[in-house]
Amino acid sequence: MRGITRHPLAGLAGLAGLAFLACLPMAGPAVADDTPSPSPSATVGTAGTSFLTATAVDPGQQVRVSASTGDYLYWSFDAAAGETDRLAITITLPTGASRHGPATWTVDVFDGLRRRQPCTAGSQTATAAAGAATLALHCLLRQVRTWADPWSDEPLPGTYYVRLSATGLPDQDLGLPVQTDLSITAKKGDAQPDNARLKAPLSPETDAGSTTAPQADSSAAPSAEAERTGHFWNRISWPSTRWWWTIGGGLLAALAGVGGYRLTRHPRRWFS
Amino acid sequence: MIIRRGPAAGLFLVMLAGVTALGAVPATAGEPTDGEAPKVELVLDSSGSMRAADIDGRSRMSVAQQSFDEVVDALPPETQLGIRALGSRVPNSASQALGCRDTQQISPVGPVNKPQAKASIATMRPTGWTPIGLALRAASHDLGTGETTRRIVLITDGEDTCGLPDPCDVARQLAAAGTHLVIDTLGLTLDARVRQQLTCIADATGGTYTAVQHQTQLTSRLNQLVRRAHDTYRQTPRQVGGAARCSAAPVLKPGVYADRERFAEHRWYRVAVSPGQELRASVSIALDRRLNPDYGVLLRAVSRTGQEIVRGTGADGGRTDVLSTGLRWSDQQAEDRQEASPEPSVSSASSDAAGDGMVCLVVSNSFSAPAGVQTNPGMPLELTVDVVSSSPAPGGPSLGRGWLLLLVLTGTGLVGGLVIGWLARWRVAVWKEN
Repeated sequence: MRGITRHPLAGLAGLAGLAFLACLPMAGPAVADDTPSPSPSATVGTAGTSFLTATAVDPGQQVRVSASTGDYLYWSFDAAAGETDRLAITITLPTGASRHGPATWTVDVFDGLRRRQPCTAGSQTATAAAGAATLALHCLLRQVRTWADPWSDEPLPGTYYVRLSATGLPDQDLGLPVQTDLSITAKKGDAQPDNARLKAPLSPETDAGSTTAPQADSSAAPSAEAERTGHFWNRISWPSTRWWWTIGGGLLAALAGVGGYRLTRHPRRWFS
Repeated sequence: MIIRRGPAAGLFLVMLAGVTALGAVPATAGEPTDGEAPKVELVLDSSGSMRAADIDGRSRMSVAQQSFDEVVDALPPETQLGIRALGSRVPNSASQALGCRDTQQISPVGPVNKPQAKASIATMRPTGWTPIGLALRAASHDLGTGETTRRIVLITDGEDTCGLPDPCDVARQLAAAGTHLVIDTLGLTLDARVRQQLTCIADATGGTYTAVQHQTQLTSRLNQLVRRAHDTYRQTPRQVGGAARCSAAPVLKPGVYADRERFAEHRWYRVAVSPGQELRASVSIALDRRLNPDYGVLLRAVSRTGQEIVRGTGADGGRTDVLSTGLRWSDQQAEDRQEASPEPSVSSASSDAAGDGMVCLVVSNSFSAPAGVQTNPGMPLELTVDVVSSSPAPGGPSLGRGWLLLLVLTGTGLVGGLVIGWLARWRVAVWKEN
């Protein structure tokens, strides 16, 4: 019976437990770490003028566009589940001499279904005094969820649209040249809810549609095979930090079990 | 990337392989083209007032000519550029009736012969009246009709001196005529009335307005607009006409659609959604005219029996270009029924909708305009419809997380070890006794 608690095994289990404990504090914050994606070298120099023509931008990419005051500038970016995106915009205004009053600028964010998304923090709207040279706007979006009720407008993985516009200014100032700088940073985090997945990202259709006769409709149903293969992985919901916690808990429990067993075999070694 | 592009990417690879096999790569290969090139027409005011020398100390005309030359030099090879002048032939001293019909095509819309285009630009002289409305109509005619976006860039230093037709109304009519037309305007003066007219023309077609003060600014803006035509001209929605009630509504497949909606009008469309599918729809209405300051747009999904299933609302106030909203819907009760039992469940709005697989979409708005603003044609409406497989609601978590979990598991392990150990000791003791 003594052979049950062989020392090398116990040592191995102890090491594994220690290694896990050393990892745990990292496992939590590591996923919530600020890791802006590596910045692509190219600077984006264009902006769209509508949802359909919005210029696609990657988080971390620099955007610098010269425009006219009064233009509506559209960009789009893709966000994955668990991401929290932050927009920072700097507007270089025309020189004070050519302006006639304060100018209010607003940045609006829309999801793939063109539903307006609120900013949880930051100055989404700001007013520049007539003499100010630059104006800064910020917007911190909500964390993107893996799944949401169809009836809610919670942020989901997919395309997001950014619209920058002057929302209040003297009419005389329309058409004057401005320069806008946009940067998007994405902070990765733990996606909620854990074991859910949106089957198709909220990326809108951009091709022209077609109408059918009312009877001749049989739009492609999702293939049954794809359904079945998708099912297993949905249940597993890898990767989730719950896995690490549960595996670590199992290891600790095994360790504690072995320890408890040893305690009953050689109580004198522990208590004398 | 989360954008779905599997089949398209595959197709592209196949096409690429084909092209490489052929050895020669045509300029337009690789694009899902319908054969049309991006089409832009520059419309330049050549009226008498262009003589004024107030841009960088040079005359407006010479500044515009230099910028045109530079734009022609930097033109993307695929782009078809046309040039039209207004007020270039009949002098101011002639009769208004004659002067107000004076618009002339300098260079037809087509592949540009650069030396020839530049030579004809150089011959333009500031001369006569400013018939902007007429010139816009002619420019739209020059660009012709087709599936892709057409762009007009209007450069002027004065308001329309001919009165009728009002250029702003002309712009709205042209935009509503079926071809997707965008008019960008550039003003060579800071005059208030010119600005009003040009912003009105731009807003009516989803274009932009720029006040030009320097020659370099004019060149870079013109280049930007011409490039923009090259980048975005293909994304034209399909024209559709919504019905006044659901049963007569057109059935839409996934895609982007364009329509017009007047104030207080309801427009109905239908989409086929089978069980296990999710309907996604979004709508945006462009504010193409002067409106009262607060407004809203409502998009509702309605079942065949008239029950509302889900709605999206958008509301705003103040200066903006479009008002948009969207909705998602999937028949979750149908999914539950499929999984649980085949018995028919209580009839509800959603099961009604799933009954024949048709969901009606209705778009309404709460716009109003000050007196004197035309309400016809309606405001431009853009509708996006998508049908994807639905995402079922997640169940409860099957794994744990947190320090308490570790504590509980460790405690359980310890207790288990102790119990097994005590059992083993007891058994050894019993065995020794025997």
